[in-house]
Amino acid sequence: MSNIPSELYYAKSHEWVRDDGDGNVTIGVSDYAQSQLGDLVFIELPEVDADLAIKDECGVIESVKAASDMYSPVAGTVIEVNEVLNDAPETVNDDAYGDGWVAKIKLSGDLSHLLSADNYTAIVDAESE
Amino acid sequence: MLIFEQSRLGRNPKHQVGAVEGANYEIPEEFLRKQPAGLPDVSELQAVRHYTLLSQKNFSIDTHFYPLGSCTMKYNPRACNTLANLPGITSRHPFTPPDMGQGFMACMYDLQNMLREVTGMSAISLAPAAGAQGEFAGVAMIRAYHDANNDTERCEILVPDAAHGTNPASAVMCGYKVKEIPTNSEGDVDLDALKSVVGPQTAGIMLTNPSTLGVFERQIEEIARVVHEAGGLLYYDGANLNAILGKVRPGDMGFDVIHLNLHKTFSTPHGGGGPGAGPVGVSERLKPYLPIPMVAYDGDDYSWVTEKELPTTIGRLSAFMGNASILMRAYIYAKMLGNDGMARIAEFSTLNANYLMTRLDEAGFEMAFKNRRATHEFIVTLKQVAKTMGVNTMDFAKRMLDYGVHAPTTYFPLLIAECLLIEPTETETRETLDDFVEVLKKILKEAEHTPDLVTQAPHTLPVKRLDDVRAVRQLDVAWKEGEES
Amino acid sequence: MPFIPHTTDDIEHMLKTIGVADINALFDEIPESLRCPPLDIAAGLSEQEIVRLMHERANEDGQTLNFAGAGAYEHHIPAAIWEVTTRGEFYSAYTPYQAEASQGTLQLLYEFQTMMTRLTGMDVSNASLYDGASALAEAVLMSVRANRKSKSKVILMPTSLHPHYRAVVKTIVTQQGITMQDIDYDPATGTTDLDKLMAHAGEDIAAVVIPQPNFFGGIEPVNEMVNWAHENKALAIAVVNPMSLGVLNAPGDWGQTGADIVCGEGQPLGIPLASGGAYLGFLCCQQSYVRQMPGRIIGKTVDLDGKPGYTLTLQAREQHIRRSKATSNICTNQGLMVTAATIYMSIMGDAGVNSAATQSYQNTHQLVASMTDIPGVERVFDSPFFHEAVIKLPSSAARYLRSMGAHNILAGISLEQWYPELKDCVLVCATETKNQADLEKYMSHMGRLFDAPLACQLRPSF
Repeated sequence: MSNIPSELYYAKSHEWVRDDGDGNVTIGVSDYAQSQLGDLVFIELPEVDADLAIKDECGVIESVKAASDMYSPVAGTVIEVNEVLNDAPETVNDDAYGDGWVAKIKLSGDLSHLLSADNYTAIVDAESE
Repeated sequence: MLIFEQSRLGRNPKHQVGAVEGANYEIPEEFLRKQPAGLPDVSELQAVRHYTLLSQKNFSIDTHFYPLGSCTMKYNPRACNTLANLPGITSRHPFTPPDMGQGFMACMYDLQNMLREVTGMSAISLAPAAGAQGEFAGVAMIRAYHDANNDTERCEILVPDAAHGTNPASAVMCGYKVKEIPTNSEGDVDLDALKSVVGPQTAGIMLTNPSTLGVFERQIEEIARVVHEAGGLLYYDGANLNAILGKVRPGDMGFDVIHLNLHKTFSTPHGGGGPGAGPVGVSERLKPYLPIPMVAYDGDDYSWVTEKELPTTIGRLSAFMGNASILMRAYIYAKMLGNDGMARIAEFSTLNANYLMTRLDEAGFEMAFKNRRATHEFIVTLKQVAKTMGVNTMDFAKRMLDYGVHAPTTYFPLLIAECLLIEPTETETRETLDDFVEVLKKILKEAEHTPDLVTQAPHTLPVKRLDDVRAVRQLDVAWKEGEES
Repeated sequence: MPFIPHTTDDIEHMLKTIGVADINALFDEIPESLRCPPLDIAAGLSEQEIVRLMHERANEDGQTLNFAGAGAYEHHIPAAIWEVTTRGEFYSAYTPYQAEASQGTLQLLYEFQTMMTRLTGMDVSNASLYDGASALAEAVLMSVRANRKSKSKVILMPTSLHPHYRAVVKTIVTQQGITMQDIDYDPATGTTDLDKLMAHAGEDIAAVVIPQPNFFGGIEPVNEMVNWAHENKALAIAVVNPMSLGVLNAPGDWGQTGADIVCGEGQPLGIPLASGGAYLGFLCCQQSYVRQMPGRIIGKTVDLDGKPGYTLTLQAREQHIRRSKATSNICTNQGLMVTAATIYMSIMGDAGVNSAATQSYQNTHQLVASMTDIPGVERVFDSPFFHEAVIKLPSSAARYLRSMGAHNILAGISLEQWYPELKDCVLVCATETKNQADLEKYMSHMGRLFDAPLACQLRPSF
């Protein structure tokens, strides 16, 4: 069973969003997504200062035999990326919602389009059928 | 042990080319090598023994049944190698003028003609060095054709979701966007989905027929009509030509451009990963764009077709003549087949695949497309086995190695969960196929009763299962002095 | 002769198992309208018939005394190389997808990668590309991906680079909006005109291509070119002949910090001329660019017991996983040729490669000295050269080559087809395979053609 914290927002493409309350959000990939890919071996992070629209490609996560694009779940500007993942991509396997965060984004829009934990759980349940 | 660890300075006196003492170079010091590179210094015997022993750690067609789906691992006749290595053939320099000997060019011209006839196309270029380069050339020709017609809005190539990964990658190399077309539950292209995305932006569609799902695309004529009416062209990926050689021709199906994989259908060696050879064929309207060089014949002499004779060509793909020595092997093979042999290949590769599919079905394995005729290959899915026994396709594949069988293609096509793509080829005996069925039955039993035996496999090979996560995370792609091996 | 083993009994039994009446029934899903007519191809030959035919064809091409190079070089190939390479276990295996059943090929490829990094002075190597020219095209694509400082997709390419390499790069990379700008050679030296290169200072350039030796055999000012590239935030792509690296400096040591990407044609390393293929392209680079490198790469790892083993690695860059977003569409490479090249480098070692390279250098220099003894025959460029040089004749190069060809001597390659300014010029090469008798034969026929005194080629000066 995947871990889907109730305080976070989600995108259909398996990214999560935490509202940091100061106009910024932290994003990452969901526990379900990392478990589907398996042991991660490389993460291409978004570029700092990049302006992203919703669903823009903003990075890549790779395991040995699969690779998946990351799509920006929100609109905004990248203000910080998690450099730890350059050398230790497995951090996402170990702690997808904590130390395995991917980027912090200064919002230019809102979060109303995102999924709640309940709605995302339904999607995950359907996919793992 | 690596060859480097057997190296001792001064071991080999270089009888092979003789030694040179005290060389003087009229080249300024700054351009000369500072120290030796560090190639091994071993005796000829050490090298021969080392690589002979390494070869024995391989599975190969000559030593093992190798039903690797979509790769056509059939017998590579020894005559093709021996004859392609005749001194007059191996010593010919690529810039030898045609008037100093026409033997090679005659062979290539014959090969062009045979391939043209068996594919039903208007012309063939042998230039592409492999299937993927043939794909690139094919899509580049589609682009050149649209450009020549000032039809520059066409920016999309359609690719079924079951296609080889090279198809979308080649389309992108030619600057196109890729749109995937879904497959229906019977394994055919979803025609309604196709119709809904075809339009003035469609440059073409890339299809493999028989498809990678091991079935013949039955609606091919309708697909051709839909794409052509929208102004797009049809690209044929020849990876599976073995199944229909001499039976159906891509040209007659309506394809405008094709590539062949000679290392598959025409039995040139797979060589541990190449060389391949990927000739392309075209319909009349794409002839002006074929890649160079090609061979022409005026009734007396063979000559080269270069950019001078064909200024609208998409150009050159390799410095000389693609993989000429591989083309030569394909030529020798094709000459041995002749018209009667070509159709027999399709017949017997299909017979072997359908026989094996029936036997495995009877043995309780689940077929991905049970109600379809197999072509030269078919798909088994181990989805239920994985769910109920916790033994997945990779485990099955590794256990097969213990039984002396190379595993079929695993986890491709991506559409079918836990799949094995099995292609026995026409050169295998019925007994070999029967033995393979017994092996799979045994492994299925093991999966049920002693699953660890399967999930920990292989047990009898030079190494056990390798840590491929470590291979990426702790990347080591070249040996350093002192490193343990 | 399709090598099908089925007996009549087998066929009957198999059809019965499947539940069809005859083999044709297996094709019942193919629309009748598509079945093909009888093929207009001759009947198949038996093995003894094809042996006859191929001997005739091979004899037609004869065995020319070869003084041509231009990207394909006749070097001695020790007998052991192809004896071992064509063992069935190498010859008839495929891409090592099942690593445990392919440790032979995988370890060999790892050794190849190691040898290439050592020859070129780079950190990493892939397991081969198709040939030198297509390897350069891939290197160019790679440099555009890797050079994040550059947005221009402009590549500077010297005209002293092999014209067919320039043509191939053009075919392959211009489809992706990359532009090539020619840098002319200096007509006095036949090497890149540094002033013309430096005129691009301050421009946004993705990479500079640096051939060594260049198409004319000349030694390029590689150190200055690499430094200039880096000062201008461009990557330096070296195109080298691996045989020359027995004598010439490794690209990793060029200039202040070395080339970034090195590619070239591996044919000199034990691969026969064979009309231009199959050869092997190689591609090496500095560690920081490894993720942008196309093609198969082998990595060392351990098995469940901690025992070392080899496997394909960094596969997520490749087409079978990344599909439309792969670094390249390449799938098969030149495995069999790599096998030969690896065994060649093992048997020859540093000393052997150096010896073959040095003898090629010496033979070509001796040939050039003798040729230019003939009045009216002269070298065109004054730069140092490796094992090829451009010679100007007093009259038509085409006629010269035809006359020499009549004596079964491939006396060089006419350059006018690519360089109109090099009228009456030939590119010549004499590798270690040529002995004194061969050189004398060349000179005696050449001397007769230009009416030079027969003895001239035997004296150092006239």
